[in-house]
Amino acid sequence: MSERIYVFKRFERFWHWSQAALILFLLLTGFEVHGSYRLFGFERAVDYHTVAAWTLVGLWVFAIFWHFTTGEWRQYIPTFQKVDAMLQYYLFGIFKNAPHPFRPTTLRKHNPLQRLAYLFIMVIVGPMIWVSGWFYIFYDYWPVWGWDRFLSLEWVAFFHTLAAFLMLAFVIVHVYLTTTGHTPLSHLKAMITGWEEVD
Amino acid sequence: MRKDLTSYALVFFGLIATAQAADPPGTPSAAVVMAGRTAASSTADHSKFKELDRDFKSGPEVTRACLQCHTEAARQVMRTKHWTWEFLNPGTGQRLGKKNVINNFCTAVPSNYEFCTACHVGYGWKDANFDFSSEQNVDCLVCHDTTGTYRKLPGFAGHPVYQDTEFPPKSGKIVKAVDLKKVAQHVGKSSRKTCGSCHFFGGGGDGVKHGDLDSSLTQPGRHLDVHMAKDGLNFSCGTCHLTSGHDVPGSRYAPTAMPKGRIIRGQKETGNPASCESCHGVEPHAMQRLNTHARKIACQTCHIPEYARGGIPTKTLWDWSTAGRLDKEGKPFKVKDSTGREAYDSKKGDFRWETHVIPEYIWFNGTVNYTLRETRLDPTQVVKINSFEGSPMDGRSKIWPIKVFRGKQPYDVGHNQLVVFHTWGKDDAALWTNFNWERAIEWGMREIGAQYSGKFAFVATEMSWPITHMVAPKEDALGCAQCHAPATGVGRLDQVPGVYIPGRSANRALDTFGWGLSALALLGVLVHGGLRILTARKREGDTA
Repeated sequence: MSERIYVFKRFERFWHWSQAALILFLLLTGFEVHGSYRLFGFERAVDYHTVAAWTLVGLWVFAIFWHFTTGEWRQYIPTFQKVDAMLQYYLFGIFKNAPHPFRPTTLRKHNPLQRLAYLFIMVIVGPMIWVSGWFYIFYDYWPVWGWDRFLSLEWVAFFHTLAAFLMLAFVIVHVYLTTTGHTPLSHLKAMITGWEEVD
Repeated sequence: MRKDLTSYALVFFGLIATAQAADPPGTPSAAVVMAGRTAASSTADHSKFKELDRDFKSGPEVTRACLQCHTEAARQVMRTKHWTWEFLNPGTGQRLGKKNVINNFCTAVPSNYEFCTACHVGYGWKDANFDFSSEQNVDCLVCHDTTGTYRKLPGFAGHPVYQDTEFPPKSGKIVKAVDLKKVAQHVGKSSRKTCGSCHFFGGGGDGVKHGDLDSSLTQPGRHLDVHMAKDGLNFSCGTCHLTSGHDVPGSRYAPTAMPKGRIIRGQKETGNPASCESCHGVEPHAMQRLNTHARKIACQTCHIPEYARGGIPTKTLWDWSTAGRLDKEGKPFKVKDSTGREAYDSKKGDFRWETHVIPEYIWFNGTVNYTLRETRLDPTQVVKINSFEGSPMDGRSKIWPIKVFRGKQPYDVGHNQLVVFHTWGKDDAALWTNFNWERAIEWGMREIGAQYSGKFAFVATEMSWPITHMVAPKEDALGCAQCHAPATGVGRLDQVPGVYIPGRSANRALDTFGWGLSALALLGVLVHGGLRILTARKREGDTA
C-alpha cells in the first residue's frame, strides 16, 4: 500500500525547476564559450550565459531568503547515519526489490546521500562557480580594483570549468536517481505536484 | 544624440568643402578639387609669384626659387630620414635607414643609387659621393606637387625627366618631360598621391612591399580605409602623420607599439600623433569588454582584418636564388601566373603575390632588431632581417598584426654575412645586365668596402612589417569568434602565446578529467538502470 505526503512546497518547486532550466542552459552556453562546440556563436553564447547567470543569482537570493525564513535549511544538515544503508540499497537492494531504507517526511525530505550530495553542490561546487564566475564577469575591472596582481584569467577559467564539469556529472546522476522512487516517476511527480507517493 | 551631432557636423563641413571646392570655377579633376580645398585655406597663390613665372631647366633650379621665400625649408628636410636615408635607433643603437639596411626585397641601395634614389627627396644622388649639404639638391616638388604630373623614374638619380624619354628603356612608351613651371606654380600640401608616389611603390612596384599601402589608397572607398575614404573623411597621410617643420612622425624602425592616449593641444609631452589612440584615446569602445581587449591588443589587430584589400596584390615571397635563368636564346624572360602577375622574372627570381591577406600576429613592444650587413648569421636557420621584440609579460607589448615577407637572398658563405650586390647600372657588372651573380656581388661589396670571401650561397630570410593602414569600417572589424571558439577551429590568435583566450586555450588535463567524469557518470547510470530493468524482468518471470 502506498500513501502520499506533501514534501515540496510551491516556492521550492518553482525554485527547483527554474534553477534546473537555468543550469542546463548555463551548461549549454558555458561549454560553447569553453570551445567544446558551436551552437549560438561565441558572442551570443557569452551574452546568454551572462544573463542566465545573473538570473540564477537573483533566484538564489530568493531561495536563500526562503530557506532561512522557513527553516528549511535544516534539510541540508549532513548526517552519516544510514549512509551505508543507502549505498547498500543502491548497490544491491534496488535490484532485489528490497525496501527503501529511507522514508521521506515533510521534515526530512532528503535521504542521507541526497543531503551529502546537495551539500557538496551547495558548499563546494556552488561557491566555486559563483566566485570564479564573478571574477570572470568583472574581468574588465581587475586593473581598476588591483585584482590583476593576484588573479589570472587562466586559473579563474580553470576553476569555473572544473565546477561546471562537477555540475554536469551531478545533473546526470541526479536525473537518473529520480527514477529510483516508489515508482520510476514518483520522485518526478513529487517535484511537479509537491506530493510524493511513498511505500 | 552624439551620433546625430557628428553626422550634422559632417554634413555641415561637407557643405563647406563642396562650396570651397566649387570656388575656383572650372576645376576638372579630383586632384584639383582636393588641392582646391587646401588652396582655399592657404594665404598664398603660387601661380601669382613672379619667382615662379619662368621656365625652369632642372629641379634644383626650382628648389632655389622655393628657398627664396621658404628660407628654412631645405635645412628642415635635411634633418629628416627622408633626406639622410639614415636612422640611428636610440633604443638599440643600430644604424638603420635605407642607406644601411639590407632587406629581402631589392636588398640594398649602395651600388644601385641612381636607380633607388628615384624615391629620394633630392636630386643627383648617383653614387656614394652625393653632397648631402647642398640645399638646392632638396626636391620640394615630389611632396608638394598637386598637378599629378611630377614623376621621378628609376635610373635618373632622383631627377624627373627633363626631355621626353622612352621608359622603361626599349619599351616604346614615352614619358613626357615634366613642365616644371606648371608644377612649381601649383604647389600645395602633400597628399595621398604625393606620399604614395614613393610609399605605395616600395619594393619595386605597386603594393609590393607594405601590403597596407598601395595606389588603391589614392582614391579609396570607405570599405578600404574608413579615414581616407574619398567620399568620407578624406584624410590625407598628413592628417595622422601630423608634420611639423618637415619632420614626419611615424616610423617602422621604432614604431609606437603601445600609444599612451589622446594628444591634446597644449600638452607638453606629446607622443606619436600617427597612432589610433592619439585621436580615439585608449578606451574608444562603448562596450567595456572591448576596451579591456584594447589593453592588450593593438587597434589594428581587429580593425584591419586583412591587408591588400584594394584590389592590388602585395608580394609575400621573393626568391632571388632562381634569378638569372635565361631562355634558349640566352635572353631573360618572365613568367606570369594565372592572374597575370609576374611569377618569375630572370632579373629578380620567383615571386608570390596575394590579396586580402590575413596578417600574422605577434606580441610587439616597439623594439625592432635588425640583421645588419655586419651581423653574423646562422645559414641553417631562417634569417630574420628584422625581429620584433615583445612578450605578454613585459607590460609594454600589445598583440599586433604584421606582414611577414619571406624570401631567399645571397650571403657570404665565408663570413656568414648578408651581401650587397650590384643590381642595376650602366656598366656590365650589374646583375640585370649580365645575370652573373659573382660579378654583381663582388662589385657591390667593393662599393661598400666590405670583405667578401668570394663564395656565396642563398639563405632563407624573413622580414616583418607592422600592419597599420587600410583601417576598415567598424562593421568589418573582427568579431569575437574569429579568435574565440572559431567555427573553423582555427583562430586568428592561435599562435600567440601567453594569453588565455576562452574558447581557444582549454586546459587539456581538465577537459580529459571533466568529460571522463561525465562519461563515467553516464555509463554508471546506464549500467545501473539496465541492471534494474533486467532484474525487475527476472523477478516478474519468477513470480509468473
